[in-house]
Parts: sequence; structure tokens; C-alpha cells
Amino acid sequence: MSRLFMFEKPLGMRDTLPELYEKKYRVREHLADTFKLWGYQLIETPTLEYYETVGAASAINDAQLFKLLDKEGHTLVLRPEMTTPIARVAAAKLLEDDLPVRLAYSANVFRAQQREGGRPAEFEQIGIECLNEETIAADGEVIALLISSLKKTGLAQFQVSVGHVGFAQELFVQILGTNGRADVLRKFLCEKNYVGYREHVQSLNLSSIDKQRLLKLLHLRGGEEVLNSAADIIENGQGKKAISELQELSEVMKDYGFDEHMKFDFSIVSHMSYYSGILFEVSAGNVGFPIGNGGRYSLIEKFGKKASATGFAVRLDTLLEALGGGPPENDSHCIFFSQERRKEAIRLAQNMREQGNQVVLQDITGVHNLDAYTKKFAETTFLIGGHSNEEGSHD
Amino acid sequence: MRRVAMTDILTIAMPKGRIFEEAVELLRQAGYKLPPEFEDSRKLIMDVPEESLRFILAKPMDVATYVEHGVADIGIAGKDVLLEEERDIYELLDLKISHCYLAVAGLPGTKMNDVAPRVATKYPNVAAAFFREQGEQVEIIKLNGSIELAPLIGLSDRIVDIVSTGRTLKENGLVEYERIVDVTSRLIVNPVSYRIRDEQIDELITRLHEVVSVGGSLT
Repeated sequence: MSRLFMFEKPLGMRDTLPELYEKKYRVREHLADTFKLWGYQLIETPTLEYYETVGAASAINDAQLFKLLDKEGHTLVLRPEMTTPIARVAAAKLLEDDLPVRLAYSANVFRAQQREGGRPAEFEQIGIECLNEETIAADGEVIALLISSLKKTGLAQFQVSVGHVGFAQELFVQILGTNGRADVLRKFLCEKNYVGYREHVQSLNLSSIDKQRLLKLLHLRGGEEVLNSAADIIENGQGKKAISELQELSEVMKDYGFDEHMKFDFSIVSHMSYYSGILFEVSAGNVGFPIGNGGRYSLIEKFGKKASATGFAVRLDTLLEALGGGPPENDSHCIFFSQERRKEAIRLAQNMREQGNQVVLQDITGVHNLDAYTKKFAETTFLIGGHSNEEGSHD
Repeated sequence: MRRVAMTDILTIAMPKGRIFEEAVELLRQAGYKLPPEFEDSRKLIMDVPEESLRFILAKPMDVATYVEHGVADIGIAGKDVLLEEERDIYELLDLKISHCYLAVAGLPGTKMNDVAPRVATKYPNVAAAFFREQGEQVEIIKLNGSIELAPLIGLSDRIVDIVSTGRTLKENGLVEYERIVDVTSRLIVNPVSYRIRDEQIDELITRLHEVVSVGGSLT
């Protein structure tokens, strides 16, 4: 191993310098404020969890988990996402009364780099979970809150793509007969390998009608009209239930007035194995990775409590990239003072701060390059020299 | 990661070299009007405003990387690259151009070393996965080109490489031991582009599909 230079950080770890911090802070506030207005309560969970519990229940690829050992030799993980820790604490504590629980979080999660740089290994996720609430109204509320909070950040162009895990799975089982055979096709969808999917369908010993039904799945995306096309290729049972759930969701979204941000896509299946119903992804046109995703899941059962939940997580770094824009507005003020007018300067600063202004108080003898330093501020005041009544220059 | 703010322009990452000309030909057959000097240019970025397309020229191995990061909406990449790189992209269409295959080759009549068999390749992930499935643990040596050299001068027992006609193997006195997988070029799409720019991309796919499989339909 080569010697590390003092400036180096572990792969994928990044510093947040003041300018970015400020932008992040504002976007986080917009999101969290909206969550609170909708009655979601913020919580925190530990950064470290047991590998055997949260690590195993999480759908994040094992190779992406940061692992370490505690003194007893238990393997620990740095939490790779927030849904699993919240499922743990909900099952253990919060669901005792068997009532709906609405929670929100904003936390850093950790996923090791597998291949190369260009992506952070630690990033902030901000999201909500609506626990122990099975209605489609809850699925709709979660998507509506996602849309509402993104709008609050000022994000103009984005799209929520909504699917249902039940539909494809049911279609496969109806046509192919067994879960094992269905899994082969599901894997192609998961890998986004439509070429392999089509080749596999063509190689199966099926009627041409059934082959058409399977191939059609890949094209079931668009507005409300695809719900009808989807109904054409599925027989009764769970598949129809999936469609009626999506129809109901569509009505809920219309009631919110948010239907224009939503499209249906029946080919969305997640590698997250715990999803159990409606699921969705949100993308902005100008960033290559989705901003966030979510859906209905049965994860709480892994922690010994039977309860259905739905929620979403937004990646703050991707959202910031989608928002773009220049540095945040600099409205900071600096008061330079010399020793003899220190008291006056402190008074002035106190007054200005009470009125909500950002004020830096700086002894003029402490700055070597005054020109460069004054450029950092929107306004400056100089309280220098013996005349205590005369105010210095304003920029 | 930041894309140029031209919302109507689709960016297509094209592989330099062998596949490029075939892919350009395919796009022309699909009715896209590309300028005649297109193939001769040495520019890395070429705009075709009449078709609202921008082409970027990349190393074949890198095409999927550009598409995964979203700096290109679409790419044309060999299946060999997709297998090796396992990028998070949609593989939407088999363009059926640049037919070739990945194979295991070596000097004739030789066996692999029992203790530490060595395999030289440009495709370390594909090679490792293939031998693992055969129940064999091998040591992979990554090379960037002229892979045939490795067994000739004793660097490795076997190579895993792309074979199109088999001529290079033959001329260097090597024989093919096993065929791993057939390779053609694929149309790949960034997941966000696939959702946000669905209409534009669906149109491109439909047009290309008509050309590559005469008579067949997507659904």
C-alpha cells in the first residue's frame, strides 16, 4: 500500500464546503418543512447497525456494505439506506398501538464504491415512511408529498414513473405456470435487458398470443390509457388487482391535482426485493440518475411485525444537481474595527444580528490582504480610528 | 455528469472503429439523414441539427459508461462490453451488426496448468465468471490488446478474446477451445432518458427495429 498524502480521503468520500452546504441546507429545509406540514415526524436512527439484522434485511447489495467489527466480534454495517432501520424501530417500538405512523428522516447513508469514482459512497437521503397504512390513499399521499416537496425546492421539470410489482409477476405466473420460470423473466426486467427478455420469450414453447402478451409488457408505459392496455393482457386475480390499485391511485392523484407529473410504467421492477405493491421512481430531465424512488413494502415483517408500509427516499446530491443554479446569494456583512472602536462595533453587530442579518466582526489588524477579504462580503462597514460618531464607508 | 442543456437533442455515444461504420449505415437505412462526410471526420463530437441528434465518439469499451452517467442518452455497444461492464442501462435492441463471439483459445494440444492456470484477456469479469461456472479457478491477467501474444510467449495458458473470423488466431497458431457467448451490437439507453424522453427514444427504436428485423414487430 502506498503512503497516503495528507489531502486524500477514502474512495467516494466527499467534503461539503460552505457554499454547497448552504445550498444543501436550503433544499433540505424545503423538503423537511413540507414533510412536517403533512404531519410526518422526523426521527434519527444510529449510523451503525448489526450486519445480521439491518444489513441482512436491507436490499442493498452485500458488496456495497461498509462492514466493521465490534468488541464482541459482531459484524456491524454503516447503514446503507434508512427504510430498513426505520422498519426495525417501528417493529420494535412504534407500532404497538396498531395505528398508522408517519415518519420522516434526513440522514447520511453509506454505499461502498464498486467500480470507480464519480459517485459518492456517503450521501444524504431525505424521505418519509407511512407505516401501518394499507390504503391506496396512503400510496397516493406519499407520491403527492414527493411531488409537493420537490415543487417546494423549485424543481421545475420532473417525472414520477409508477409501476406495480404485482402486475408483471402475476402475468408471468399466469402464462408460465411456476414462480421459477417467472423469475427468469423477472431477472431480465431487473437487469433492464429487453433484448434478453425478448429472446427468452421467443425461445419458450408458448402460443403466439401468450408470447405477444409477454412482449407487450415492455411497451406498457405512458398516461392513464396504458391501464386499459394492461387490462387487455392480464386475466383475473392479482394482476387485475394491480390495475385497479393503479386506477384508484390515478384518481387520488387527480384529486391532488398532481396527475400531470405522473406516468405509468409496468416494466418497472426493482432489485429491492421487499417491494410488494405500487412502486415508483422520480427523475429530472437533466441528470442521468434518478433523484429518488419509493413504493409499498413488506419489510417490517422481517422484524417480526405484520404491517404494510409505503414511503420514498430522495437523494439530496442528485436533486441538487438537478436544481443546478449558481452559488447562493451572498448577503453577508462585515464590520471591520480598530481596537478603540471595538465596543461600538460589537453594539452595531448585535443590533444587526437581532434584525436577522449575517454579520462578521473582524479586527482590521487580523487581516493581511484587506482587498481580497472585503470581496467576500456583500457589504462592509469600517469602524476605524478615533472618531466614534463617524461611521465608515459602505460598499 | 451534467448534461448540456439542449432538451430536444438526443445524444448518442458511438463506438469508434469497426462498429461505427455499420452503425452509421444502419441509422441511414432507418431514415436518419447523416452528412456524407460523417465517417471521415476526426471530431469527437458531431452535431446533426437537422435530425436533433448529437453524436459523441468513444472507445467501444467506454460507451456504456457515458450512457450510465447520462452524458449520452443512447449508445451503441457490443454485448461483450455490456457483459464485462455490467452497467445500469437499458439494453433495448439487438442491432444485429458486428457479429462475433467471445471464445477461449490457446496453443493446440495444451492443457491448463493444474495449480495456477493463467488466462490473459481484455475481459477479466467475463473470463472469471466463465471459468467459475466451469468449476475452475483461474488467475486472470488483464491485457489491453494483442491478446494472442500471451500464450505464444508463455504469459498464460489460455486467452479469452473476441473472435470474428478466426483469422488472427489461425495466423498465430492458436486454436479455439470453447465458445463462450455470441456477440452483436446493442442499442443501450440511460434509465432516466428512457423515462423522460420516452417518445423520442421509442421512435428511434421503432425505426431501427424495422431495419434490423425486416417483417418482425416489437410487440
